[in-house]
Amino acid sequence: MRGASVSDTSGITRRSGLRALAFGFTGAQATALIILVAAIILGPAVLYPVFLMKVLCFALFASAFNLLPGYVGLLSFGHAAYFGMGSYLAAWTAKYWGIDAEIAILIGGAAAGALGLVFGWLAIRRQGIYFAMITLALAEMVYFFCTEASFTGGEDGIQQVPRARLLGMFSMQADMSLYWLVAFVFLVGFLLIHRIIHSPFGLVLQAIRENEPRAVSLGYRVDQYKLLAFVLSAALAGIAGATKSQVFGIATLTDVHSSMSGEVVLITLIGGIGTVFGPAVGALLFGALETYLAPFGDWVTVTQGAIFVACVLAFRRGLIGELAARLRLSL
Amino acid sequence: MTARISRRAALGGVAAAAVLPSVRARAQGAKIRIGVLNDQSGPYRNTGGPTSVICCKQAVQEFGAHGFDIDVIYADHQNKPDLGAGIARQWYDRDGVDMILDVPTSSVGLAVGAVAKEKDKAYLNIGAATADLTGKQCAPSIVHWSYDTYMLAKSTGGATVRAGGTTWYFVTADYVFGHQLQRDATTFIESAGGKVLGASAYPFPGTSDFSAFLLQAQASGAKVLGLCNAGADTVNSIKQAKEFGLQARIAAMLMFITDVHALGLQTAQGLTLTESFYWDLNDRTRAFTDRVRPKTPDNWPNMIHAGCYAATLHFLKAVADMGVPAAKQSGSAIVSRMKAMPTDDDCFGHAHIREDGLLIVPSYLFQVKTPAESRGKWDYYKTAQVTPAEEAWRPLSEGGCYFVKS
Repeated sequence: MRGASVSDTSGITRRSGLRALAFGFTGAQATALIILVAAIILGPAVLYPVFLMKVLCFALFASAFNLLPGYVGLLSFGHAAYFGMGSYLAAWTAKYWGIDAEIAILIGGAAAGALGLVFGWLAIRRQGIYFAMITLALAEMVYFFCTEASFTGGEDGIQQVPRARLLGMFSMQADMSLYWLVAFVFLVGFLLIHRIIHSPFGLVLQAIRENEPRAVSLGYRVDQYKLLAFVLSAALAGIAGATKSQVFGIATLTDVHSSMSGEVVLITLIGGIGTVFGPAVGALLFGALETYLAPFGDWVTVTQGAIFVACVLAFRRGLIGELAARLRLSL
Repeated sequence: MTARISRRAALGGVAAAAVLPSVRARAQGAKIRIGVLNDQSGPYRNTGGPTSVICCKQAVQEFGAHGFDIDVIYADHQNKPDLGAGIARQWYDRDGVDMILDVPTSSVGLAVGAVAKEKDKAYLNIGAATADLTGKQCAPSIVHWSYDTYMLAKSTGGATVRAGGTTWYFVTADYVFGHQLQRDATTFIESAGGKVLGASAYPFPGTSDFSAFLLQAQASGAKVLGLCNAGADTVNSIKQAKEFGLQARIAAMLMFITDVHALGLQTAQGLTLTESFYWDLNDRTRAFTDRVRPKTPDNWPNMIHAGCYAATLHFLKAVADMGVPAAKQSGSAIVSRMKAMPTDDDCFGHAHIREDGLLIVPSYLFQVKTPAESRGKWDYYKTAQVTPAEEAWRPLSEGGCYFVKS
């Protein structure tokens, strides 16, 4: 991870002109982005759009999560709290207030960001395993709150959420129109995350990851950087959850459960922690496993487990991380 | 001139003859696809799971050839509502599934119900207990078979009070199904002159240690411990109650013969529970069980499995009656045909489906035999009381189903 970031910084000095043209992308990253956009456009012709929408939501969720362990060096075990809260609030407001899709999604993101501000403020005071444990404990409290609170519908969840309209005029009933909205939300979130990582702010975050005392000695208020990164990550996770609740018309305890926090870690791990494109690839692989193995009944969980073990043993840097290392590129 | 016309007519005839077989071939190739969606790996695997699929396939096999192919697929919803709704959506949209069967766990059952309503596709729920499927969240394309919370509470709750179990304490799974069961049971217990002393709700799923809740039940001094849960949770709580030497008698609000088998008679003896099917009820149920038993030797059919068989059979009869093209077009059309036709099968005998989608059959209060009374494999039940079909279920007017005209 350290080696990759060193080549990253030297890349900035060498090709800064080109980068500015390509929204901060290196040549390899621009190629990967073109492949990604092409896949999003051509995907629905081959695969089931609802499945792809789920993958895009998880890809955004994992990319948002990746911001913390990948670029600040903070491993959060409680990201389901932000994902789930975004999902619940978007579903609730869309169902009972009848608001537009984009407002519901933004409300979900804002609520998750606010929650992230409180939780982040507490959690960033510690590092490593203690940080992970605090985020886990806070997320468990959110889970308990959601099982008991009446507005979440308990185990039943918020069901039969209507697909809201977009900007008050476009119907989102058809799968394909909703697909373009989800694709748009994902791409905006993805580009934002990319921009955050490659901004001066992102470089400070990476400096904190590499050597926090040195960043402090250089005069950076490390806690403020960490907190902002935490809030951004939580808000984007909330937007991913809110979008998912729009797709499926349902928000349930699954979204806030600790297994969801684990899933996002695994998705990011499979794709490659600390790579821009890794989480999206991980989400596709993970979504495919869950959906296409469903007919095999009780073998789903066994197969998933075996694949995870294989991935962690054989590709420790994740699929994209290994690929990037093989090609000596930063993806 | 005439020659030319006749030549043209002849050509047309040849062309028509060439087209005809292909049309007929397409009609023959019409396929009805059934998707069994249930818990294949979790706590409800034995009560539904693979045996539900086997019973569905048994119905397809017995239904025989009626000029269309029938295909059965299945999937595991892992008791997650969003996963279940996602699979249902994909099946209806993409995989050409015409009917979804089973779907235990009330939260998943309701989520799939919403999809079936949106897509106007047939949905025969057997495994979910919630009475809302034919009540507040009913839909014209939904049928609910075998049991619901109202029927269980009326049979188990009311009858146990009359047998002297006047004070109750509930241990309840903390989700819609558990609360609904407790609420309904409380109504019947109180109207029969009994009293509920208290209740403990425990987190679902994921609780395996019930000791704290059982101790509270014991401290309350209630004569009856009412278990408002299902599957492995019921089995675990009964086992632990026996280990604690709980004095109260146990009334399982939802329990199946498959659970009794898992417990063993030594632990389960004396329990009271309600089912609408038992393999040893009469000659027809025994005949059905003999046919299906070789395919599932370790898991004999309970009322969910019997429901999967009977509902599939009735569905296929309705499809054959109205023709495949009409059936594929609208789920509510198939279901209204199913409601119009009386049902007749080996598991439930002659019955009918009510306007709101509920199958109207008698319910049986069973008491589990002692090891000495049991004469063979799976000989577990003696009938304690039968509630006739017209009294067993929630009155049509009380359900609140939007399309029922009262």
